[in-house]
This record gives sequence, C-alpha cells and structure tokens, in this order.
Amino acid sequence: MRKISKLRRSAFASPLLLVLALFAIGTTFSVASATTKSELSVEQRSAQIAEGKNIFLKGCSSCHGLNLEGSAIAPSLVGVGAASVDFQVGTGRMPVADLSQQIARKEPIYNEAQTAALAAYVASTSLGPEIPNESMLNYERDGNTAEGGTLFRTNCAMCHNFAGQGGALTQGKYAPSVMGVEPKHIYEAMITGPQAMPVFADKTITPAEKLSIIKWIKAAENEPQLGGAALGRVGPVTEGLLVWTLGLGLLIGVAVWLATKAR
Amino acid sequence: MTARERVAGTVANYVDERTGAAKWMKKNLTKVFPDHWSFLLGEIVLYSFIILLLSGTFLTFWYDPSQREVIYDGSYVPLQGLHMSAAYASTLHISFEIRGGMLMRQIHHWAALIFMAGMVVHLMRVYFTGAFRKPREFNWIIGVGLLTLGIVEGFLGYSLPDDLLSGTGIRIAEAIIQALPVVGSYLAFFAFGGAFPGEAFIPRIFTVHILLLPGIFLALITVHLMLVWYQKHTQWPGPGRTEKNVVGYPLMPAYMAKAGGFFFIVFGVTAFLGAVASINPIWLYGPYNPGQVSAGSQPDWYMGWLDGLVRMAPPLETYLFGYTISWNILIPGLIIPGILFTGLALYPFIESWITGDKREHHLLDRPRNVPNRTALGVMSLTFMLVALINGGNDIIATTFSLSINQVMWFSRIGIIILPPIAFVITKRICLSLQRADRELVLHGRETGRLLMLPHGEFVEVHEPISPELAWKLTAHEQAPALALEDVDARGVRRAGGLKNKLRKRMSQANAESIAKPTANDLKEIEHH
Repeated sequence: MRKISKLRRSAFASPLLLVLALFAIGTTFSVASATTKSELSVEQRSAQIAEGKNIFLKGCSSCHGLNLEGSAIAPSLVGVGAASVDFQVGTGRMPVADLSQQIARKEPIYNEAQTAALAAYVASTSLGPEIPNESMLNYERDGNTAEGGTLFRTNCAMCHNFAGQGGALTQGKYAPSVMGVEPKHIYEAMITGPQAMPVFADKTITPAEKLSIIKWIKAAENEPQLGGAALGRVGPVTEGLLVWTLGLGLLIGVAVWLATKAR
Repeated sequence: MTARERVAGTVANYVDERTGAAKWMKKNLTKVFPDHWSFLLGEIVLYSFIILLLSGTFLTFWYDPSQREVIYDGSYVPLQGLHMSAAYASTLHISFEIRGGMLMRQIHHWAALIFMAGMVVHLMRVYFTGAFRKPREFNWIIGVGLLTLGIVEGFLGYSLPDDLLSGTGIRIAEAIIQALPVVGSYLAFFAFGGAFPGEAFIPRIFTVHILLLPGIFLALITVHLMLVWYQKHTQWPGPGRTEKNVVGYPLMPAYMAKAGGFFFIVFGVTAFLGAVASINPIWLYGPYNPGQVSAGSQPDWYMGWLDGLVRMAPPLETYLFGYTISWNILIPGLIIPGILFTGLALYPFIESWITGDKREHHLLDRPRNVPNRTALGVMSLTFMLVALINGGNDIIATTFSLSINQVMWFSRIGIIILPPIAFVITKRICLSLQRADRELVLHGRETGRLLMLPHGEFVEVHEPISPELAWKLTAHEQAPALALEDVDARGVRRAGGLKNKLRKRMSQANAESIAKPTANDLKEIEHH
C-alpha cells in the first residue's frame, strides 16, 4: 500500500497517467468509429486505378478521349466522379450500343470489378460525387415510405409517372421506368443527373430524403396487384383500350348471339 | 282448373279490379319488336346505367365529399401519416377497409366506361342506318343530350376521389373555363368558390354527380324509351316488312327473357372486369397537391379526344384590351366541341334539307345505299380517332419507341388530311358494294363450279339468288337529286342563290349511286 501511494506522489505519475488516458481515449474512439468498409491498401488502390485506366483506354477513350476530355459525340469526364461511372457502366448504358435519341439501359458489359476499376480511375483524375457505400444506403432503416411517396410525386412523377413506370420526354427521349433498379443506382442517378435528368443535390433533397424515395420506389415495386391486373399502371389509356376491346367485344358478341338464337 | 291457376287468377283479378291494368298490359305485353343484334346496343347503355345507379348508391354510403384536411391512418401503409382531403381518405377507406368496396368502386368505374362506349356504338347504329329520320329527330336530339351529359357526368365522377389524377383533371377543366374570353375568370371563381382548388368544388360536383345529373338522366332515358315505344322500333327492310308494320317477336315472353338475360350478362361482364382488372388505382396516385403532376395524366377515354385536341393545339394567344385570349385552349376545348355536338344534334334536319325528304321512315337504310351519309360518319369517326390517339400520344410514344413530337405532328396533319381521305374511300367502297349487289341480282351467285362447253370453253355456273335476298338488295329507293333551278319559271333569279347552289351541289353528291336493277333489266337478262 505504501508503495502505491509513494508511486502516486512520484513526479512521473501525472505525465504517465495523461499518456495512459490519451491512449485509452484514442483506442476507444478508433474502435467506436471503425467502419466495416474494406479499405484497399495503397498498392491495391494504385493497381485498381491502373487496371481502370487500361480498360478506359481500350473501351472508352475512342469517344471520351485519351485524357477524358470528351469529343464531339461524348462529354468530358472531368469531374463526373465515381458515382457517374458506376451508374452509367453498372446499368449497362455505357459503353453505348447506338447513338440514338437516348442511351438505353442494357445488360452491363463490364463486371463489378471492372466497373469499380473504371470508377476508381475516373475519380483519381478529378473530384466528383462518390459512390454511396452500404451504410449510406440503408433505406429500410433510414427511409420513410409516405414521405418518399410525397417527394417522388413532387420531384419525379412528372417524368417517371405516378407509379415510377416511366414516361415520354420530347424528341424521342424518355424517362425510364424506375422499377427493378438497384437502390445504389437510383441514388447515383439523383446525385449525378444522367442524360435528361436534373441533379438533385443534397441541399435540394437530403440524403435521408433520397433514402425515403428509394424506400417508396421499392414499396411500389413490391406492391401486390391490388384490385386486379395493373394494366401497366399508366393511367386511363390502357383502361379505355380494355373497355373497347374486351368489354365491348364480349357484350356485342353476346348481343349477336342473343339475336341469332331466336331464328 | 288447378289450384295454382286458381290462386294466380285470384291475385290477377284482385290487382286488376283496383288498377285496371289488365287491358293496358294485354295490349303492351304483346307489343312486337324487330330482332337484330344491333338493336341491343342501346340496351347495353340502359343496363350499365342501372349498374351505375346501384353501385353508385353503395359508394355514397361511405364516401365523404369534403375537402377538409385529415391525416391518413388507414391500412394502406405507403400513405400513412400524410395530410389529405376527407374525400380522398374516404375513397381509400372504401377501397381497403369496406368489404367489397374495391370491387364496387371498380364495377362503378368500368360500368361508366361501358356506359359511354355503349352510347357511341348505339349512336353509330342509329346514324349509319338512318334511324334518326322523321319521326325520330327529337329522340336523336335527346340521345345527343345524353351523350353530352354522359361526358360531363363521367368527368365529375373521375374528379370526386381527389387523388392526383382527379385534381389534375379539375385543373384542366378550370383552365378551359378560364379560356372563355372576359367572363372566364369570373366563372372559374364562381364554380370554385374562390381560387383553385379551394374547398367548395368537390362538395358541389358531388351534388351534381349523384343528384342533379342522374335525375336528368332518368328523365331523359324515360322519354327516350317512351318515344321508342310510341313510335315503334325501326326494322331492316325485308319481304313482308313495310313502313306500316313491325315484324318481330312479342315483348312477352320473347323479349322479356332476352332483355332480362342480357341485363345479367352486362352485369356479369362489368363485374368480371371489376374483379380482374384494376381501374384508377387512386392509392398509387396519392392525394391531390397542386404542386404535383404525373407523366401520362389522361382523362378517361370518352374525354381523351378532347385532351388530344388540346395537346395538338399550337400555342396561340392574343392580348386585347387588357384581356388574354388563349386560342390554344379556346379553340380545341370549347369551339371545336361546340361545333361538333351542334352539328351532330342538327344532322337529321341538315340531311332532310339536303334530300328534301319530309316523309316518315320506319325501314332502315343499309349503309352502302346512302354513300354520302356513311362516308360523312366515317369521316367524323376518323377525326375523333385521330384526336383520341393524340390524347394518348405520350403512352403511344413510349410503348412503340416513337418520338412524342412525331405522334403530335402525325395528329396535327392527320386530323386535317385523314377525314377527307376517309370520306372519299368510304364513298367509293359504298358504291362498289352497290355495284356488287347489282351484279348479284342480275347474274346470281357464283357457285365455283366450272363447266366445260362442247367447244372447249370454260364457264362458271351462276345460280339465281333467293327471292328474299333479291328483295333485300333492291328494296331501297334511289331518289334523284333535287331539281333546284337558278331561275324560276318566269326567268327571274330565285332568292337565296348561294344557299340554293350549296343545296343543289350537296343534293347531287347525295344522290350519286349505282342504279339498282329494274324489272326490265331482269327480263332482259332472262333472254340471254
């Protein structure tokens, strides 16, 4: 006991305790704030960027230029960020199959690793929106369906239709259906504004509100067909078509049958 | 006399002694109606009207026609906690919580679409067969009135749920009211009780939708049917059928059974559609908010042509004495529909003026035998169809990977060019069919049997057609054009020269036909 109290009064006690306390706080903080994200080492990262550059030079540079400067038929990729690359390549829109009115969604040409490498390469050249990670996309936890529906109807429905089925824009362009789109890609579309779509920056629609929109889209996607066959969820046009074909067809058929039987 | 007959007789006698109904019933239950499938088209409309009354009454038990703001706490999760009108909330309540409510709502809406479609096919039957001619002009006008009111009634019903689509429709209706020069904005304020959307409109249109218009419908439909009863039904020409008789089956039992059965079939088809196909999924549209609009916002089909006309109108505007005249809304939204429906209502009188025919007609025309009328009908339908197509131009563009601009330009040009083309083609087809009829009467039916003559020539054997068919093909009359001279007997120019000229030209066009075979023609043929 004496020994401990002697040690306590020692001249080194205070600095030592301070060092111990700082160490404890630092450790606690780093443990507490540790993310599950698998960080790549510097070597792995530069290897990925090198691979991305390789893919870019082979597959993309003929239109986007050797230094991402763009050309007459393709925009510059300076400052588009990893999110743009992940959206365009991940949904198969890039590389483009035909240069018609609008670049359509198709089966992706590059696999996930190649897409990630391309995104890393483009992001390494200049600053731009980043790919949202898993923890940023937990819409089930952080989103609100009803609020998402209101936001969707206010900001998205005018082009993508009330049920996210898509709609026509001018000169053959169109807003595609948002059904069956990966949450990550919906998020990226909102922050990068691909093709005719405007950018919905975090000040316009906060990240939490973006997750609400995604949650509502997923709810609409998984909603059972309440009230019978949904008829495409595009409004009264298909309803009118059905009434004139099936409805009137059946009724006139019966009328003919009723008048024929009497003979 | 069996016990059952005795009881029936006693009951019938009891009723008759108190109402004197027996004589009236005896006369009217044996009334004869001609039989043809196209005469049942009007019944589709009548039966869907009854379905509308029944299903509509069911809906009023829970619908709350109020724009009072409520917070939704019903069972449809994606809307929970949202602010909405009581009208919208109660429609959701009917859809999701009331037993059979969704089915009834869908039956009501499908019945409305069938009601309007039935009216159009019934109108087409009456028009193309000339059933609107004297003495049935009033009934024709009542029919046009029912069609117009049907469009209004349908639109009001579409507006009641107060979902995003309803509100968008009301917004456009308001714009059309406002497009009226000078009085437009005052009328809009009057209708909405202030600025759009206000809180007065839905309660008001509810009263009109469930009380005023159905009452007018009931009255007009009753008069429509009473006139059919009194004037008797028209019939197709045939042996033994004249302008003075009606050949067919008695009401009791043949038509009672048919009409009763047909009612249940119409109800069955409507209920089938209501059960298997979703219509107006209001829960997906969300509550109305003037700041929102959905791509592909369309009216129901019977107003689609109107929307199509508005969509194709070029952006024309005039600014006069402090007032803006929006031609782009005024012309397609009010002027063109006004001309179309006035022309439709007046058509019987216009035709009778052109032909100079003031006689009664109870025998129907075969459409081919009146080429001008038939062609005019197809021309009008073509106009409406192009307008209707443009009403869905965005859905057509996305479905068929077209540009919405292409569809709109097709409609803009097509609505001017296609109706006249349809007129010419239809008239030519009618005349060709007349020619085919003439051939058939003169040379008989082609049997397909080939005969080799002794000298080696092949001929096809023709068989004479039955006298019934020959009657049917030659019973119609072919009136010559009106002989309207520019100068009267004394060589003085007649008054109203331009009008007479127009009437003469139209009468000549109307009289164009392939001469039907005469008795002399047939005799001559027999000599061969």
